[in-house]
Amino acid sequence: MEGLIHQEYPVEKGDYTSAGQASADMKRRLRQLGVSANVMRRVAVASYEVELNLVIHSLGGKLVFDVDSEGVSLISKDRGPGIPDIELAMKEGYSTADDEARSLGFGAGMGLPNMKRNADGFRIESEVGVGTTIEMRFLLS
Amino acid sequence: METESKRYHSVRLDKSQCRGCTNCLKHCPTEAIRVRGGRAHIIDERCIDCGECIRICEYHAKVAVTDPLSELKKFKYTIALPAPSFYSQFKNLKSREPVLQALKAVGFTEVFEVARGADIATRAIRDRLDNPALPRPLISSACPTVVRLIQVRFPTLIPNIVDVRQPMEIAGMVAKDEFCKKHGCEPSEVGCFFITPCPVKMTAIHNPIGHKESAFAGAISMVELYGVIRPYIGKMRIEEELGEATALGVGWGTSSGEAAAVCPGNSLCVDGIQNVSRVLEEIENDKLDDLVYFEGNACMGGCVGGPLTFENNYVAKNSLRKLVDGMARQDPAEAVSRSLMQRYPLFNDEEIPPNTAMKLDENFAVAIQKMDRMNEILERLPGYDCGSCGSPTCRTFAEDIVRGYCGELDCIHNLKDRIRVMAQQMVELAQTKRE
Repeated sequence: MEGLIHQEYPVEKGDYTSAGQASADMKRRLRQLGVSANVMRRVAVASYEVELNLVIHSLGGKLVFDVDSEGVSLISKDRGPGIPDIELAMKEGYSTADDEARSLGFGAGMGLPNMKRNADGFRIESEVGVGTTIEMRFLLS
Repeated sequence: METESKRYHSVRLDKSQCRGCTNCLKHCPTEAIRVRGGRAHIIDERCIDCGECIRICEYHAKVAVTDPLSELKKFKYTIALPAPSFYSQFKNLKSREPVLQALKAVGFTEVFEVARGADIATRAIRDRLDNPALPRPLISSACPTVVRLIQVRFPTLIPNIVDVRQPMEIAGMVAKDEFCKKHGCEPSEVGCFFITPCPVKMTAIHNPIGHKESAFAGAISMVELYGVIRPYIGKMRIEEELGEATALGVGWGTSSGEAAAVCPGNSLCVDGIQNVSRVLEEIENDKLDDLVYFEGNACMGGCVGGPLTFENNYVAKNSLRKLVDGMARQDPAEAVSRSLMQRYPLFNDEEIPPNTAMKLDENFAVAIQKMDRMNEILERLPGYDCGSCGSPTCRTFAEDIVRGYCGELDCIHNLKDRIRVMAQQMVELAQTKRE
């Protein structure tokens, strides 16, 4: 379901220069809506992680941000490559980040577990060769 | 927006000097300035008194209100409390004494270094860092502009602000108490005056955050006092040494001085308000999760770069470094006793509230509607961020329309398009023949 505030952000593979902009824009909107600091902090951490995930691991995709009267939904959809073993990917410390990402300080393998920890609802679906969809939900109260 | 001021601000507008240009609009870190009716206006609730607009305004229309020296007359006794950055204003200073003695020459009864307050704060913050239950990184509370920036733009980081009072306040409390005990007088007879490099300290005295009252009667601008005491430098006979602070305490006057004293290992120091904003954004995203202590200074170079200083901030930083290098090494833990620390309330006793000035509406549902409308309006705007409408960007302009402060035709580009259509219609009308 589309929220009352609906925003889409395309995120391209390897685009480190604009990484973090979508997350910053979402935060600004939540601040203007007067969302509590606790929810804002959790959305900030999770949205930044998921945005960076698209830059580092995906072939490109988009973030979809919706706000309704009860909460915030954040969906990440990419065009591949897909995760062969989701259970392994969800393990803390596991990462397939390349050297470029690691040299920039990313790829500690905390991304997915961190998202799950910060969201009230978390769902991940992936098909190799098709893409990954991550759905997160944050409740306002 | 143009309501009477409810909060105290040191940074003000001198309407007679303002030309209504857009220079200050673009440099305000909290988007607190608008130009309306040919004059700038500062949005009271959003202003964090950083003084960036004072720096950028070439017409000197932005001013900082501080106290004149004549305020000293209101008290039987007065204490001058110079910020450590004050020493940096004098080149080739071999010791602090000439500066401290000169302050007595211009009428202060007593002099107490704020650097001594920094020594005490250093110990108190180290104690806080020893507590593993506190969040990381702990964020310095010394720069009142950074604390206010966090309230407006990074409310999620409020729990990270260390609850130790700023060195200025600690110094004020101790100075007043020691003076009263020594001379057997009442606190009301003693006026503490901070020698300030920046307007926000004046604001912090009138409007403290984290505790109720300030120990200070006022603040005197460094650049004003500089000219007054300069002739006395080196001319005074030294009867009693006034400098008590350690080299590390004096070092707080420049960026990274605090971090070096408090947490030399895993700390990060950032100066310049835009840079501080960028790094706070990263802290908010948990990107710097291994960091222990964060020192943010609104001004480039730290306090030596304050808007009310006289000397170039790079020169000043170097002067202070040389002064500190020539001082004896003593750790604040040796210079500040435990019993002294227990005698004073060094910690905040009030919560730091978030500043909700960015909220579109108190009612969440209405705020959502307003944001929706903002998005619609934004799509019709050219996206030049030219500032001609008086708002800093097209986005803030859309926000101002939704808040009811202006209309869409205040955008000069949209107005031109509208006039073009109207002109075309006039031509068409003129060309219609009489039947």
